[in-house]
Amino acid sequence: MIYADHAATTKTSATAKKAMLDAMDQFWGNPSSLHTPGQKAAEALEEAHKTVADCIGAEPREIYFTSGGSEADNQAIRSAAYQGKRRGKTHLISTAIEHHAVLHTLAKLEKEGFEVTLLPVDASGIVTVEAVAAAIRPETALVTVMYVNNEIGTIQPIKEIGALCRERKVLFHTDAVQAVGHLPINVKEQNIDMLSLSGHKFQGPRGTGALYVRKGVPLLSFIEGGAQERSKRAGTEDLPAIAGMAAALKEACDHMEEINAKLTALRDRLIEGLSEIPHSGLNGDRTRRIAGNVNFCFEGIEGESMLLLLDDKGIAASSGSACTSGSLDPSHVLLAIGRPHEVAHGSLRLSLGEDNTAEDIETIIANVKEIVAYLRSISPVWKDLQKGVRTYVIQ
Amino acid sequence: MLYSEKVMDHFRNPRNVGEIPDADGIGEVGNAKCGDIMKMYLKIDDDIITDVKFETFGCGSAIATSSMATELIKGKPVSEALDLSNKAVVEALDGLPAYKLHCSVLAEEAVKAAVKDYYDKNGIAYDADQFAFDDHDHE
Repeated sequence: MIYADHAATTKTSATAKKAMLDAMDQFWGNPSSLHTPGQKAAEALEEAHKTVADCIGAEPREIYFTSGGSEADNQAIRSAAYQGKRRGKTHLISTAIEHHAVLHTLAKLEKEGFEVTLLPVDASGIVTVEAVAAAIRPETALVTVMYVNNEIGTIQPIKEIGALCRERKVLFHTDAVQAVGHLPINVKEQNIDMLSLSGHKFQGPRGTGALYVRKGVPLLSFIEGGAQERSKRAGTEDLPAIAGMAAALKEACDHMEEINAKLTALRDRLIEGLSEIPHSGLNGDRTRRIAGNVNFCFEGIEGESMLLLLDDKGIAASSGSACTSGSLDPSHVLLAIGRPHEVAHGSLRLSLGEDNTAEDIETIIANVKEIVAYLRSISPVWKDLQKGVRTYVIQ
Repeated sequence: MLYSEKVMDHFRNPRNVGEIPDADGIGEVGNAKCGDIMKMYLKIDDDIITDVKFETFGCGSAIATSSMATELIKGKPVSEALDLSNKAVVEALDGLPAYKLHCSVLAEEAVKAAVKDYYDKNGIAYDADQFAFDDHDHE
């Protein structure tokens, strides 16, 4: 099996598994307990805060562990919105290509009376600092822009948007679920007030995540109970999972440079190979994209069929077609970068990880070529394109 | 698994794929915007569907339902093809996930559209009501 769906999830690393088992053996006490087993667990928890904080240039006390990226996004956005409202600030700014954890939270806040501006992105999938600047108003409570897009891998100008928000005195949050552990991040240097991360995107366990909140930025809690996580997130800490995530993140950050060099070479070869398919197009910026991400549209075919046939060949990938999501519309990200519906249905995302090899890439290229050719051979849309009854969108 | 073994079999090895250049009836339904289009070709001799072929742009279940629909009507009188229901296609495939049922509706409509085309081309009178389906929607 060639696994090329690392943006969906990653296999828990041996390092993370060991850290989890060690935590279960040695730190099984409740960190809130005063006795020795409890205090040993409390120390391990504090160590995990420090490890995660070090990886993003934060202080340990600025890290709040959550159940994952979605919870961190929900808490950051709702907290900023409700606190803004107390001061008459009811306007929220984000982009059209955010993850649903952000978009659906914003949609809910909109129903509660907040005003939401979703900024468009250009054809390469990048939001400009100028667009953010033009959208900020005196009543803006929050700007939230994702660091790396989960579908097309584009990297947003986070540091510049952060600087703008700092200057305009607006809170800035970034959903960095696809970035943490993959890109060098320093929340201080990049002017980030709040940042969400998720453990299973960098070979940590599922069900773990964290929210970074800059010291001095007030945070509301949405799970009431005990005083865990500085009273901002109640519930006895899942220490094995937290320790596993911290260990995975440290490992990812320690090897980031070499892994990215390898993934960039694999990615570029994959883009080169798939570009040979006629009427295919890369989605997202060619260079301002995360090392492991490749996303293509192939005209005249539909994505789910492609995924099923790739799976038959032992290749695990994903698509932004409507049929893979169970909804009526294809990916909102592909629509936002200007792909028409019928082209967006034919998308394929291949997200690489450090276990992928150069041989895997050649196998993927050969199989995608064959499958696209086959599906086109039975597609009436492709036939119409060839006859000139329909017009190619991608030349 | 998302799909039954039968669906996967018809998806992996679709029956009657292709085009009939001198078809007596051709029906095309669906919408590329919605992500599925089916085109059905019929060869009709003496009121019997002697050959049928299809081309489909769509997901796994769109291809499988097209394939199954062609099997169910091949060699049958035109009247029987007109009686083909999406339910019969779904049952023959051992079921479809709920949100994929529209694919089977599309298969039924493709067959009917091809028969209607055959009637129109040959000046055969018919009751318009039996072809009264909406343009493809995802209900």
